[in-house]
Formats: sequence, C-alpha cells, structure tokens
Amino acid sequence: MLLTRSSATDRPAPLLSIRGLKTCFPTRAGLVTAVDGVDLDVQPGECLGIVGESGSGKSVTFASVIGLIRPPGRIAEGSIHFDGADLRTLDPGGWRRLRGRDIAMTMQDALTALNPALTVAEQICEVLVAHAQDLPRRNRWRAARARAIEMLRLVGIPAAESRMDDYPHQFSGGMRQRIMIAIALACRPKLLIADEPTTALDVTIQAQVLDLISDLRREFGMSVVLITHDLGVVAEHTDRVAVMYAGQIVETGPTRDLIAHPRHPYTRGLIGLIPRLSDLDAPIKPIEGQVPDLIGLGGTCRFADRCELRLPECRQDIPMRPVGAAHEARCIRAGEDLP
Amino acid sequence: MKPLALLGRTLQLVPVLLGVSVIVFVMMLLTPGDPVEIMLADQQATPQQVETMRHDMGLDRPALERFGVFLGNAATGNFGLSFFHRRPVFDVIAERLPATIELTLAALLLALVIAIPLGVIAAIKKNSLVDRLAAVGSLFGISLPGFWFGIILIILFAVHLKILPVAGRMDFACEVAPVTYLLTIDSLLRGRPDCFTNALSHLVLPALTLALPMAAVLTRVQRTAMIEVLRSDYITFAEAKGLSRRRILWRHALKNALVPTVTVAAIETGSLLGGNMVVETVFGWPGLGRLVVESIFVRNYPLVQAAVLFYAVTYVLLNFVADILYTVLNPRVKL
Ligand SMILES: Nc1ncnc2c1ncn2[C@@H]1O[C@H](COP(=O)(O)OP(=O)(O)OP(=O)(O)O)[C@@H](O)[C@H]1O
Ligand SMILES: [Mg+2]
Repeated sequence: MLLTRSSATDRPAPLLSIRGLKTCFPTRAGLVTAVDGVDLDVQPGECLGIVGESGSGKSVTFASVIGLIRPPGRIAEGSIHFDGADLRTLDPGGWRRLRGRDIAMTMQDALTALNPALTVAEQICEVLVAHAQDLPRRNRWRAARARAIEMLRLVGIPAAESRMDDYPHQFSGGMRQRIMIAIALACRPKLLIADEPTTALDVTIQAQVLDLISDLRREFGMSVVLITHDLGVVAEHTDRVAVMYAGQIVETGPTRDLIAHPRHPYTRGLIGLIPRLSDLDAPIKPIEGQVPDLIGLGGTCRFADRCELRLPECRQDIPMRPVGAAHEARCIRAGEDLP
Repeated sequence: MKPLALLGRTLQLVPVLLGVSVIVFVMMLLTPGDPVEIMLADQQATPQQVETMRHDMGLDRPALERFGVFLGNAATGNFGLSFFHRRPVFDVIAERLPATIELTLAALLLALVIAIPLGVIAAIKKNSLVDRLAAVGSLFGISLPGFWFGIILIILFAVHLKILPVAGRMDFACEVAPVTYLLTIDSLLRGRPDCFTNALSHLVLPALTLALPMAAVLTRVQRTAMIEVLRSDYITFAEAKGLSRRRILWRHALKNALVPTVTVAAIETGSLLGGNMVVETVFGWPGLGRLVVESIFVRNYPLVQAAVLFYAVTYVLLNFVADILYTVLNPRVKL
C-alpha cells in the first residue's frame, strides 16, 4: 500500500491519455508522418491549449483521438485511452456512442462544418436524438427541440426559438460558431475539442466566443482542448499548454510558467509574436525559416534548421526533459540560462 | 422567386419560340414532297382537284405570307387544321399528349429510382466491384442508341418470354373513364386493378427503354456529386457528432448531392421528349412522338410546326423547373 502512494499516483487519473501516437498519410511524394510520437494527458475539468504553426499536426492529433483519420491515412503506433477505455480497439458502434456524447468537437470553419442544406434546428436536434438517453421514447424530436432551444439560448443566439428553423447561411460568422458550440455541447460531453474556434472571426467576436467556451467549461465541469496558433489566446484561457512543432510536442507545462519561462527556442519565438502592451513600438520578430517537410524526418532536432542556439549536438533525436514542475522541453539547452 | 424574375423568364420564351418557328418552317419548305399529292396519291385526282385542294389549304400563297398567317394564328392558340386528320391541330395533339406524358413520367421515375441508389453506392464503395460494374453499365447506356435497348427488350420479353405485350398502351378489353388521361393512374382511381396491370405491362418496356440511357447519365452525375459531398467538412462534423452512418449518408450527404442529379434530370426530361419519337415508333405507343413521325411522312406541316413549338416550350419550361428545384434543394441560392 505504502509503495503505491508515489507522487505520480496521487494525481487524479487523466480523462484522456495519449502515448506515443504516430499518424501517417501515404502520399505520392512519400509517407507523411503528420504526428510523430505525441504524449499528452488531459485532466478532468482542465483546459489544455495546443499551439503551433500551421501544419504542425494539431488537427491530425485530435482527429486521431476522435477516430476521424480517413484512409489511406492511419494511426501507425501508440495508445489512446479515454475515461478508462482503449479507443484504438473501438468498433464503429462504439465510436458512434462515444462521439458527440462523451467527446465532442468543433471545427475550424463553422460555415463549412454546418450542413448548408439542413436547418439549424435539425442539426442540433439530431445529436440529442442520437445520444440523449433521458428523452422520451415517443416524440423524441419534439422533446429534443425544447432542449435545443435551451442550448441555443445558453450560447447566446437571440430569438433562438424562431431562428432555429433558419439555415446556417442566414446567420453571421460569430453566430454560426456559437451554433456549432451549441451542437457540440448539446449532450454535455466530458471533453470538448475546440479546433481553432476563432480563426474565422474578428477580434471582438473572438473574445466573446472564447469567454463563452470558458464559461460553459466551468458550468458543465468538462475538459477542453483548445487548439490555436495564438499564444495570446492560450495565455488567457488555458491551464496548461503543449507546443507542437513538425508533428512533435516540443514543450509542455502550466500556462503561466511556460509563458513566463519558455525553455524551447521555438516557444520563445512564438512568445515573441505576442504583442505586448508595455512596448507596443518594439518590432515583432517573426521566426525565420519554414516548417520542415514531414517526409522522412528523424535523427535530428526538427527545429534545428531555424534555431539561433543550434549546436552540433542537436543533430540527434532529442527526448523531452524536465525543466520545472510539470514543465518539460525537447531541447538539449533547455536547462541553460539563456538570454 | 420574385415576380420580376418570373416575368423575365417568361419573356425569354418569345425569341426562342420565334427562332424555332422560323427553323421549322424553313425546314418543311425545303423538304421534298407535296402534302396534297401525298394525300391524293391513291385517288385519281384531276389537276384541277389538286389545285382546288391546294388553294383550300392555303398552300398556293407565298411562303412568307403563310408564315405570317401561321405566327398570327399561333399567337392566339390556333394552329390551324391538321391536313391529314381534317381536325384542329390543337385537338389532335391534345389527344395524343397524355400517352407521351405518361411514358415520360414513368421513364423519369424509373431513371431516378435506378440512378440515385446506384450512384450513391458507387460513390461510397469507390473502386469496388459495384462501382466498376456501374461504370461499365453507364458507358453502355450512354453510348448505345435508345432504340437498341427497345428492340432487345422486345425480343427478350415479348417475343421469347412472351410475358409482356409488344405494342400499344392498353388492351381494348380494358376501358376506364378518363380522369387524368394517364391510364395507369386512371385505372387505379376507377378501382380497376386488372386494367392497371394491363396498362403497366404495356408501359414497362418503352419506359425502361427511355429510362436506361437517362439512368446511365444520372448515375454518373449522382456518383460524382456524392464523392464531392462526402469529402466536405460538414460530413466530418456529422461523423464527429456520432450520427448513424445511415443518417449521414442518406440525409446529410444525399440532400446536398441530389441537387445536381435533380437539375440534370429536369433538363434531360426535355431530351426524353425527343427520344420519344423513336421509342414510341418502335413500341407502337400512341403518343405525340409517333404522331410527329407520321406527320412528317405525310408532310402535315401545321401539325409538325405546332408539335415542334410544343417541344421548344416544354424544353424551356423544364430548364425553368430545373432552376426552381435547384433553389428548393439548395437554400443558399436565391433566384
Ligand atoms: N489527409 C492528409 N493527407 C496528407 N497529408 C495530410 C493529411 N491531413 C493532414 N496532412 C498533413 O499533416 C500535417 C499536419 O496537418 P494538421 O492539419 O494537423 O496541421 P495543423 O497543426 O492543424 O495546422 P493548421 O493550423 O493549419 O490547422 C500537414 O503537413 C498536412 O499537410
Ligand atoms: Mg488544424
């Protein structure tokens, strides 16, 4: 008994646990390894931010979690456990029961994610009809409708009852994003994967939508994975962050700690991109260079080509190393005190 | 749809009809053969009788004048007398039209019933055996002439198996008082299942002959549209919602993928009307198509002119219907 009371087992069991995830897409140019050895945990009730440039593998990682990698793409290695269940052994029926009910997802662009030919009412009611066990056997659709109205009001759709029979194109961009959130949260999932919920929106609406997600997370007690390429969004809305680069996690830690003391040169570069109120005149310094080709990578730090702190020793596989409390970075110089 | 757009569409008909009238008129002028001589061929008519008849029918007047008279009358819905039947052209066409409408509707229905599921399945199981068979079948359907199917079907079902009649619309023994003038529907409305099966057995082969080439085209259209739709974000999102596969395919995907199919079907129905001439002749179907063919042979100018005008109007209207269907199925588009 005493032996098992180590510090590791003191923490609550994670809701989602990803180990060694590797997802590949065969293409004409070769095998693209979009996600290469990702380890991630999401704790109950927490908000985990995933940041990284376009093409770093954020979407593919969570498409793998929710089982939506389309052939010929496939998960090559790794394990994914959710709420105690091994998702890699799930059959189609198991996926259907899990998606929308326990794990929900919102997509980058609400305009293309909502079906143009179906009314908003139908698109939100159908997910309730598919999953909500407590709906009456008869008149399921009518009962679902009442609950859908409630949900649309909760996300702030004005005149929800009369407008729900409209089609998605009749709503503004911000309203469509809210509708998609209402659909995702209709069955009160344990985990919401919000894939760039605000990229298509203008700044004031962005803030409203992110506040809405944070409020609903607290109200429902769910976990949220917030995917974004904006560290500013992460700083304001998440408990923990994982920084992705070229299919790998390069740094992870508590949000406040990671932003105050970034250890990986790539993270430092990203933080350089956040405009600071204190010195608005200071020029924003972009990271030089491009994300490497994802075909046949390995045997080197993937960021090395763009890194100002590069050493000859960087030409090898670099493991994650602890740099603070629950803070890790994939850099051999992460422990040094650098300028 | 706004009234103004509607008016615009209706006005579009005028130049189309004028153009078609001119073309038909000129073509009939250039066709060798004289209607009067053909009509009086087996009677020993004196040249004087021929002259009188020609005068009665207005054929001795200059072509331009005849055309003017035709246009003036047509504008008021008067297409003159059918030379051959000696009755108003309008009545003769009206009498033959229901048979053609019934055949066309049946063919359209059959084509859709074949093409939609086949196209969807071919799209879902892309590159499977079903998909390949559908592709080969479509190629046959598109490239072989429609009457060829007709003849094959007659040989198979009517001549060899003797389970379906060769020609006609319904046996004389059956008689139902008309309601819609569509015999299958009327026999049901009048409570005569025996007549219904009889009418249906006559209808099946010509309808199938017309339907197969159309189904071939529509299957390809449906497959392409479905493949396109299945790639879209809203299908991924629907999957992420944990909906059943059936709902995703037949509701989310098909409602979008039907738009091109239905639009093309409406336009293709116009070509069915043309195809009718051959198929109605092969199957002895007493419709407008066969009437037109017969009328061309006897140089029955007024009837051919009126019928071709009718085809033109129908074709334009069907395009119009296609546009309306496109809006109904696709809420984003406003006419
Ligand atoms: N179906 C696919 N076939 C081939 N390559 C793919 C496929 N899907 C994704 N990839 C590749 O995987 C890599 C990671 O893509 P992913 O969509 O996860 O990036 P992301 O981090 O979400 O970027 P963004 O911020 O642009 O959304 C990209 O290089 C992309 O080209
Ligand atoms: Mg993405």
